[in-house]
Amino acid sequence: MAAACVDSLQLLLPHDWPKQEVMTGTTIIAVEFDGGVVVGADTRTSSGTYVSNRATDKLTKVTDSIYCCRSGSAADTQAIAHVVASHMEILEVKSGEAPSVRVAASTFREICYKYRDSLSAGIIVAGWDKQNGGQVYMVPIGGMLIRQSVALGGSGSTYIWGHLDATYKPGMQKEECVEFVKKAVTLALNRDGSSGGCVRVGIITKDGVERRTFLHHELPEYYLG
Amino acid sequence: MNIEAPPLWSNGPKPGLFYDFPGRSVGQSLVNDHAKTHTMYPTTTGTSVIGIVFDGGVMIAADKLGSYGSLARFRNVERIFKATDEAVLAFGGDIADYQFIREVIEQKVRDDECGGYSKQLDAGALHSWLTRVLYNRRSRFNPLWLDCVVAGFRAGKPFLGFVDKIGTAYEATEVASGFGQYFAIPMLRSAREKKSDGIFTQAEARKVIEEAMKVLYYRDCRGFHRYMVATVTKEGVTIDDDLDLKKDTNWDLAHLTKLL
Repeated sequence: MAAACVDSLQLLLPHDWPKQEVMTGTTIIAVEFDGGVVVGADTRTSSGTYVSNRATDKLTKVTDSIYCCRSGSAADTQAIAHVVASHMEILEVKSGEAPSVRVAASTFREICYKYRDSLSAGIIVAGWDKQNGGQVYMVPIGGMLIRQSVALGGSGSTYIWGHLDATYKPGMQKEECVEFVKKAVTLALNRDGSSGGCVRVGIITKDGVERRTFLHHELPEYYLG
Repeated sequence: MNIEAPPLWSNGPKPGLFYDFPGRSVGQSLVNDHAKTHTMYPTTTGTSVIGIVFDGGVMIAADKLGSYGSLARFRNVERIFKATDEAVLAFGGDIADYQFIREVIEQKVRDDECGGYSKQLDAGALHSWLTRVLYNRRSRFNPLWLDCVVAGFRAGKPFLGFVDKIGTAYEATEVASGFGQYFAIPMLRSAREKKSDGIFTQAEARKVIEEAMKVLYYRDCRGFHRYMVATVTKEGVTIDDDLDLKKDTNWDLAHLTKLL
């Protein structure tokens, strides 16, 4: 009898997106400039091929001057960011000063490496501290840590490696970086089915964080043939 | 009780195994086609198609994207085509299979014309034919991986039909495939229920189709903002190509997200 029974949910919902893990399919990017960093991300959260949130905020605060860009499992990355943020709060009390970006990135790495077999998380940690100014650190899946002047992540990043290589130049100013980030995320979200929606940007400097949101229908237009 | 009784019957089908039905043609039995595996997965795919009946005709819509997995690879694929003055078809699923069946249908129409038939194929006829073809392929474990909407007229009355890759076929006043089933159908039905007589004008049908296409763009990862609409009325077939809904989308909610 048991063998003949079919999962009734399967009959009602032949698609499997209700059972799919919620992922931030994603395009994330971060760029260093003299005086700070610019972080950017798309706003699509997907469960399989269903867009569960078309206005997500993937730029998550770790401290007042350190943000992380999350890609991979929405649950995993939210949980990790929460844990690291809480560690940084304690560290700030203990040390009496704001934690450095490197320390935050290293904490991310510690978690992502230790639990690498259970996690699906690709994270970019970016921020400003007074010792080294603007810094971007990449913690990809697997839990390595590397500092980069420009970092890309998420499924959408595959479509813009060439664009990055052709377009990025070191020494860009703040607004140039914002334009660069906006263009890169737009190009990626036009091609990646798991990325989409609007482009959110964060600019982190010694003066704090400025957030900008570029709505989908106001994004720059590119070749659509 | 006779323990040594011979089996009640023999040479019959064995449970779980393929059975050689008697009377198959000689040619076939020379070929081992039991275990032939055919492509059972789509490669480049189109997503939803939607359709609605209005007063005097039928309207269908589909976006212009061919996805290669999650890559939005081909962004000007025409997934709607006109077969005759009384039939248009829209396809979701594998694009290669769509192009194949489109060729077959177009040749069918040419054959009819050349053969001097006075009556063109209408949507009802094509729908029946397509159902048989798709079911037959499915039964041979070599499906055409398609979701089809057939729209037009059957015996002079507006007709809208659906067929999928396993040969499920039906006729309704609103049809959709893929994500359209979950998002568009409720919108189309609800709009019809709001009307006291349940009848749409052509303009109303167009409006509700546009709203549904917008929602599909918001909520389907494989959706796209460029789309086509085909309308079939007594006057014939009109296809509106190169429509773009991006500028009509509403993203105000992005400002409502509490940013940290």
